[in-house]
Amino acid sequence: MNDVTNILVVGIGGQGVMTATEILAEAAIALGHDAKKTEVAGMAQRGGVVSSHLRFGPRVLSPQIMAGTADLLVGFEAAETMRWCHYLKPGGLVLMNTARLVPPVVDLGLYDYPDDPIAEIKSRGYQVHAFDAMAIALELGDVRLGNTVMLGAMADHLPFPPQVLLDAILKRFAARKPHMVEVNRKAFEAGRAADKAAHQQQHAEAAA
Amino acid sequence: MAAVMPQSAPVPKGGRLLLSGNEAVARAVWESGCRVAAAYPGTPSTEMLEVISTYPDIYAEWSVNEKVSLEVAIGAAFAGSRSFCAMKHVGMNVASDALMTLTLTGVVGGLVIAIADDVGLSSSQNEQDSRYWGRFAHLPMFEPSDSQEAYEMTKAAFDFSEKFQVPVILRMTTRINHVKALVTVGERVAHAATGFKKEPARWVMTPAGAGKRIPLMFERDKALRAEAETSALNFVETGKDRRVGFVASGPAWMHVRESFPDAPTLKLGFSCPVPVEKVRAFAATVDTLVVVEEVEPLVEGELKAAGIECHGKDILPRQGELAPNVLKPAIARLLGEPVPEGITPAAQVFPRPPTMCVACPHLGVYYTLAQIKNITISGDIGCYTLGAGHPWNALDTTISMGASMGIALGLDKGRAEADKDKRILAVIGDSTFLHMGMQGLLDIVYNGGNVTVMLLDNRAVGMTGGQANPGSGKGIHGQETPRVDFAKLVESLGVKKERIHVVDPYQLPVLFKTIREEIKVPEVSVIITDQPCVLIDDYKKQKPFEVIDAKCTGCGNCVDVGCPAIHVTRREKAVKPSGKEVELQFVNIETTVCTGCGLCVQPCAPEAIVHADLTRPMRLVRH
Repeated sequence: MNDVTNILVVGIGGQGVMTATEILAEAAIALGHDAKKTEVAGMAQRGGVVSSHLRFGPRVLSPQIMAGTADLLVGFEAAETMRWCHYLKPGGLVLMNTARLVPPVVDLGLYDYPDDPIAEIKSRGYQVHAFDAMAIALELGDVRLGNTVMLGAMADHLPFPPQVLLDAILKRFAARKPHMVEVNRKAFEAGRAADKAAHQQQHAEAAA
Repeated sequence: MAAVMPQSAPVPKGGRLLLSGNEAVARAVWESGCRVAAAYPGTPSTEMLEVISTYPDIYAEWSVNEKVSLEVAIGAAFAGSRSFCAMKHVGMNVASDALMTLTLTGVVGGLVIAIADDVGLSSSQNEQDSRYWGRFAHLPMFEPSDSQEAYEMTKAAFDFSEKFQVPVILRMTTRINHVKALVTVGERVAHAATGFKKEPARWVMTPAGAGKRIPLMFERDKALRAEAETSALNFVETGKDRRVGFVASGPAWMHVRESFPDAPTLKLGFSCPVPVEKVRAFAATVDTLVVVEEVEPLVEGELKAAGIECHGKDILPRQGELAPNVLKPAIARLLGEPVPEGITPAAQVFPRPPTMCVACPHLGVYYTLAQIKNITISGDIGCYTLGAGHPWNALDTTISMGASMGIALGLDKGRAEADKDKRILAVIGDSTFLHMGMQGLLDIVYNGGNVTVMLLDNRAVGMTGGQANPGSGKGIHGQETPRVDFAKLVESLGVKKERIHVVDPYQLPVLFKTIREEIKVPEVSVIITDQPCVLIDDYKKQKPFEVIDAKCTGCGNCVDVGCPAIHVTRREKAVKPSGKEVELQFVNIETTVCTGCGLCVQPCAPEAIVHADLTRPMRLVRH
């Protein structure tokens, strides 16, 4: 099924991972694709791990992405991105929020938080575009905009134009929270810009 | 019927919608003209009733447990209404008493029972296979493979149920319930109730009456088997690679087609009774037959008993999902082909188990219980099961809904001589208590148990998302209902009035003193905590706290509360005046998520935790 696009979005419960994937799915559907989206999130509301699989194309059978086959990995949290990076196809692209959300088991001293998740991911041969989506969202006035920032970062890596994704986001807010439309447009563009900057930085590093 | 209907909810029009399996079933239930729907919340089934409750012209309720939900649906079906109930796999263990006799009476109005198996254990205490119920209760079973099929099979199940006057089980799994996919939906067709007709020989199941119905059930089995053989829900997808042919159902069928696009498959959509002759004919067209069924080898066993050679659990696991990553290597090995190369191994990252919410009222209870020695605590099913985890490690047992009561009594009565001074506690939530715990408490009272019961009343079914229950004072639509008075209830079960305490779980000294006193009393006590779940509207946020760095001495007392808003920013080794080496934990509070419950403030000796200065810009906690 080479004509199916596989996108894996990961993070922790409460970050809006599932909503982001749903918006992506809506954008794909708007273009006439078949789509399936799955996650196991029974207890994710309690700050657990969330991994959301989105597959779209002419016809989608299994909803699950096999390890080693994701076209794009989008990580809402640094260590979570590292946890799932083996799902990417070899040499695949990672878009990641550098924010670290430390779980109680680390605060209690039972486990360590990885020192450098970005370096770990790069050491496996993946390309990494990393940026602080939470800081960008806070600058725009609301940490919950992080979700739209991440969607903006994905916009230039999809098999359809960025405008389709932006339309899907704004349509959702126009229906539920019209006063949030403009700030989400800004968050989307800020995410796109952050991804571009991270891309250039990666190029500069590779050249150095 | 005193049904409370939602205020003319806007119903999405027909067309193609992105729906989860649960949402697809809800839509189909409504479109089928179903008039009564009932359930007790349980992952992964909860959203079926939640979504049904948003549709007009259908009575929906949260029942007190799954057995009652099935009984409500049965009554409605006896009255000639189309009815529906939904539950998670373990819910049917509770409801099965009704199910096993319902199969003798059958129904008039169509009755569809959706059972959601948690294959892969995303949020359950076991991984049982509900397909046994079809065999055990002689009932037909449909198994969808995605949202579109869930929608279509639900509608087909109502028609089938009425045609054969038999309830139909819709077996789903987490990978159907929680997957969103495109569904083409239609419009509602109303079905008026035909009315209850007095017919004691059918509706009153005495031994004599039941004895006459059992042969009819066996007759029906034959009709169902014939129906399964010809049903369009069981179909073959041809393929040119005939080395292996697959018999599969549920999500596993999609995984098979994804993994082996050229292989022939026989899809079992109407999977009980198994269409044995259809499988036999299919088997003759392929070199090797492989049965791909999640959890138990049920179909495999039935085919083998009918003399059909096949592989199944000899090459596939009996636990967990049968996704492509499991199927591909197993079939490669069967065919003697090289097993696909292993993928890059996963990075080693700390586990991130679910935690209690910031400011959860249960935090105070577990902080307190963790400090009391020489106790054994039986736990129950709900958010508070997380009390078994770090940092509290407070719960000693968890089995099933309401089991904390009976197990506590058993721990008391069966105690070893060496444990004669141990105190026995039971911890149970409000909804679990009403579901199946009340009877256990009655048993403790009646039989003179020495147990201290902590009844954590947070006015909601927290783990599944804060649904209402009879202790909430609200119904499924948010409408006002009578609210259970837990203190009066346990008093009427026989607990002495002076042994019943209602305590604010955010008042740690009172909580500690009450528990310490009650565990010393050699009879049953009930301590009720009375603060709402932080996920429901009753919870009111307060001004957040922050830590004054200069004042924090690193004692770590606040860390023991277990609130996820408290983070350790640095650790230092120190030597106490006694010469004992200790590790200091300096902390920070994530002010953006703190809701000011004050639990961490109480054990802070140096008074380093104060209300946050919100005039400063918000800052992120960095590590």
